Amino acid sequence: MVDALQELLKGLFGSAFPLVWTLLKIVLIIAPLLLAVAYLTFWERKVIGWMQVRIGPNRVGPWGLIQPIADGLKLLLKEVVIPTGSDKGVFLIAPMFAFAPALAAWAVVPFNDTLVLANVNASLLYIMSITSIGVYGIILSGWASNSKYAFLGGMRSAAQMISYEVAMGLALVVVLMVSNSLNLGDIVRGQGQGYFADKGLGFLSWNWLPLLPMFVVYLVSIVAETNRAPFDMAEGESEIVGFHVEYSGMAFAVFFLAEYANMILVSTLTSILFLGGWLSPIGFLPDGILWLFLKISAVLFFFLWIRATFPRYRYDQIMRLGWKVFIPLCLIWLVVVGCWMMSPLNIWK
Amino acid sequence: MEFKTFVFYFLSAILVFAGLRVITARNPVHAALFLVLAFFTASGVWMLLQAEFLAIALVLVYVGAVMVLFLFVVMMLDINLDRLREGFWSYLPLGSIIALLMVAEMGLVLGGNYLGLFENSVPQSSAEYSNVQAVGRLLFTEYVYPFELASVILLVGIIAAVALTQRGKRKNKSVSPSQQVFVKAGDRVRVLQMPAEKSD
Repeated sequence: MVDALQELLKGLFGSAFPLVWTLLKIVLIIAPLLLAVAYLTFWERKVIGWMQVRIGPNRVGPWGLIQPIADGLKLLLKEVVIPTGSDKGVFLIAPMFAFAPALAAWAVVPFNDTLVLANVNASLLYIMSITSIGVYGIILSGWASNSKYAFLGGMRSAAQMISYEVAMGLALVVVLMVSNSLNLGDIVRGQGQGYFADKGLGFLSWNWLPLLPMFVVYLVSIVAETNRAPFDMAEGESEIVGFHVEYSGMAFAVFFLAEYANMILVSTLTSILFLGGWLSPIGFLPDGILWLFLKISAVLFFFLWIRATFPRYRYDQIMRLGWKVFIPLCLIWLVVVGCWMMSPLNIWK
Repeated sequence: MEFKTFVFYFLSAILVFAGLRVITARNPVHAALFLVLAFFTASGVWMLLQAEFLAIALVLVYVGAVMVLFLFVVMMLDINLDRLREGFWSYLPLGSIIALLMVAEMGLVLGGNYLGLFENSVPQSSAEYSNVQAVGRLLFTEYVYPFELASVILLVGIIAAVALTQRGKRKNKSVSPSQQVFVKAGDRVRVLQMPAEKSD
């Protein structure tokens, strides 16, 4: 069927066919992603509701399933208030700066052995560089709002993101060392080999077990990186003001979408780097894209679970955890893994 | 026109425009943002040359880190533009000499034939060839001593920057977190028992 469609499009567009085909693939990634973002907000409210012995949204549609659509419509119809004295252009560009990297990063994410939009050699490097642009959305929104609260909030969130990016990057360096590749597909394939994988217990040879400290560091860092509870300085409305106080309507909604899209992206990265991507946990079950989705859902559930469980961190404690605990830990573990790989006990050959 | 050529001219047009706006924008934050755009499109041009490691490193280092700190500083500064413009004519002679020098150097590189820029075409590599791997291999074998030297210098720079900001003893009242987590309610709060007063 895919071949027939390809032939049809080739006849229709001629030399522009590769462009059209790539655009089609992009739409096939982005559209389900946006749907997933909408229903992640719904799932979050349901899960937190159940954890707090409530029901959660259940009024709009069967079991409340239309709720995210209704929320989106409401935000679309609301007025976008632009404060006087704000830098209008930058004020409106800032949410896009936050959202666009979360979409652009999907270009190199592999879904299974062959299903990837762009199979580039330096795909992990690409993701790191693209996601580092997201911090501009925060700084610029704080500055362009022309409000001291938003400005200080922006500085705070930006400093938090930059700090945890360092710890995240160091954790990734260890993964790169053991996988000997920057290609996400190769990193997953590397996890499918080893002593336990040969015995049929694949889940024990994924990176999370030999690199357990790095897995923990990465898991905590992605929560801080996406500004989520318990590190959600931007949204602690009862005690502290975030960078998007001046935003309303769809401009605010784009920040909101960016946060959830980023959550899905980092969950996918965690699944690929540490949890074996599309590999099946047990030998007799076939590998497949379904496993990847299951793992992503599990990590996303972890996000919601800790939001309902932990109280919010104080800002100086967040910075301390990043700089004084995680970065030294990563640096030491980097040397430990380096020595491990050079020793006869090396398991990554 | 080939698609690649079109992309090249498209990116170059944005690059030139962004470069011009960096020096003509009145607002320093806008100028910094145009510099970000310039870096980004320049990395796109490098990508066309198949120098993917350089292109990604440019975005990762300059756009993701350096320009963020730059923006921090520019936003915090209270820049008076009129005062900055006052010295324009007195700086012009020196500035134009430097500009002329740079133009002359660029002309030497592009026009001179000793570099053989135009005789040799851009090397085309196969799809399996990994730029990152090649750069890494060279850095850690042939150029390992210069590489280590550079990293030591950077480390010295980091320590010097920290030392410069540390002025004398800390005078804040922060508590050590290790003591903080062992605090019990009994250490902080004392519950008193008082007999209730009788109302008349």
